[in-house]
Amino acid sequence: MSTQTITPGASGTSGAPDTPPPAASATATARHARPQQRVTQLRVIRSEWTKLTSLRSTAWTLAAALAVTILLGVILSRVTANDWTNYSAEDKRTFDAAATSLSGMYLAQLAIGVLGVLVISGEYATGMIRATLGIVPHRLPVLWAKAIVFATVSFALMVVANLIAFTAGQAMLSSAHIDVSLSDPGVLRAVLGTAFFVTTIGVLGLALGALLRNTPAAIGVLFGVLLVLPQIVGALPQSLTRIGDYLPSTSGDALMQVVRSSSLPSPTHGALVLVAYLVVTLTAAALLLVRRDV
Amino acid sequence: MIEARGLEKRYGDKVAVHDLSFTARPGVVTGFLGPNGAGKSTTMRMILGLDRPSRGEVLVNGRRYRDTTAPMQEVGVMLEARAIHTGRSAAKHLLALAHTHGIGRRRVDEVIDLVGLREVARRRAGGFSLGMGQRLGIASALLGDPATLILDEPVNGLDPDGIRWIRGLLRDLAAEGRTVFLSSHLMSEMALTATHLVVVGRGRLIAETTVAEVIAGASPAAVHVRTPDASALRSVLGGVGVTITATSADTLDVTGHTSEQIGILARHAGLALYELTPRQVSLEDAFMALTRDAVEYATTASTSRTAPSPTTTSPTTVVPTTVVPTTVADPEQTLALTGATGSESRA
Repeated sequence: MSTQTITPGASGTSGAPDTPPPAASATATARHARPQQRVTQLRVIRSEWTKLTSLRSTAWTLAAALAVTILLGVILSRVTANDWTNYSAEDKRTFDAAATSLSGMYLAQLAIGVLGVLVISGEYATGMIRATLGIVPHRLPVLWAKAIVFATVSFALMVVANLIAFTAGQAMLSSAHIDVSLSDPGVLRAVLGTAFFVTTIGVLGLALGALLRNTPAAIGVLFGVLLVLPQIVGALPQSLTRIGDYLPSTSGDALMQVVRSSSLPSPTHGALVLVAYLVVTLTAAALLLVRRDV
Repeated sequence: MIEARGLEKRYGDKVAVHDLSFTARPGVVTGFLGPNGAGKSTTMRMILGLDRPSRGEVLVNGRRYRDTTAPMQEVGVMLEARAIHTGRSAAKHLLALAHTHGIGRRRVDEVIDLVGLREVARRRAGGFSLGMGQRLGIASALLGDPATLILDEPVNGLDPDGIRWIRGLLRDLAAEGRTVFLSSHLMSEMALTATHLVVVGRGRLIAETTVAEVIAGASPAAVHVRTPDASALRSVLGGVGVTITATSADTLDVTGHTSEQIGILARHAGLALYELTPRQVSLEDAFMALTRDAVEYATTASTSRTAPSPTTTSPTTVVPTTVVPTTVADPEQTLALTGATGSESRA
């Protein structure tokens, strides 16, 4: 190899066919005139909104959550109405019409939980996180923006899903004259509380995704907490089963109930437990996000 | 402007970057050159605050990058082409980045046109070729119209047309007064794109120099001579600073004399010359020589780890002993690198 072809500093500039050379210099002159474009929390929220809504998987997952909430609520309500005459007196006394029509949330929580994990673990998996945190070096605005955007979207979706599921479900139950109305005591709270619960699971997934930075691991932990832990606690001796009152799944049931069950804590207790989970996991995620290398 | 001062990064026992100081100035393209695993990417991540330095600091335009309020206007970054969510379109990807700084859709369209991705902007980035990914990475770096550009292996994966385009683009950007800092492991590519060089090996600074110096210094101007009187010519040419190597019975490789000097000396001695050819070491050879030194240096350091030595990783000995002049990590290596032209003639 010879060195004669090297011309350091020489301006042998030739733009690609699709690139007019003046383009770069035109932007440079604009540089001095433009206002400073700072990073703000609101702008990061807007960015995260664009990110969430520009992925096809988001639309599919949200559609799935909506569909299962409505379908499962309708099917269970229909089955109950048809079978009502076979119910025992005790079963009839403890029957919760609102909760029955809202029970699609048991599936919806899994869809929303997975989506919550993906909101952040997807960035780690693809390397996008370095682009994200590279332009928001304070990092925390990114975590808050993701949580706010995702919580808002999933709460809005689940309120709509629950209202449809409730209305359709009560229509099924009305054939056995066991339906309730949204204005009945505790019913609206159950509808909104269930949406809140599913949203909480989504944000919990997001926090786990941020902590573990790995999609399968975060989904595994989330599903373990939601599905496996209740089984383990259920197998504990009687004196220890109150531990179950502090599980997210029990808290969801507590929020959903209109007819109070002796085996469940109060809806307020459930809401507080869920808030505690959010505070702890998001705080841990925030601390680690700031400290760790990306 | 990028100023690194005593940057160090350790991962447990492993030292990825050791006491690295350099400056990348506005108005020139500064190449960050070193073999794979030399710590280039780690250093770039430290500049951006993605990795926290174990020691030392790095300033961008006079401030720590973390303390800047409009990071995209200060620094445009392309760390790796695949720092893109595969499920998102190029346009939405850029728009999401732009939103964080309140940068509008018009600027997004501008950079898409600038890098020539107009036709594929609505397609999912996961289906992009390596070259298209590089162009998208460059587009995201240019979004904020930054004063400083940091690009990790920007020509990687580009076709010849794209490589020529980016060389021109980077030189234009530097000519506008921006700081352009790009890494590569290819000396030949650097020679065509950069003017200044920061050379690293095994996480250590080998030289802070210019491409011109490397070319001059790394070419010991060996002259290939063919003569029927090889032994006679040998005695005529011998002297201080002259190295003569016999490559066959009638050929010699001479360093320390120019071809003109050899010709005149041979005529005075009445010796016939059949061939007199100046030879230059290729840039890749020069670079290999540089990094071979770095590898040897690092090997020595690691084998002497058991004994107390200035280059051990013991934190107590590192601070006071590894005082490095701003231009040169190890005087001997730089001597090997820049040869007779000297290492202090930086612009």
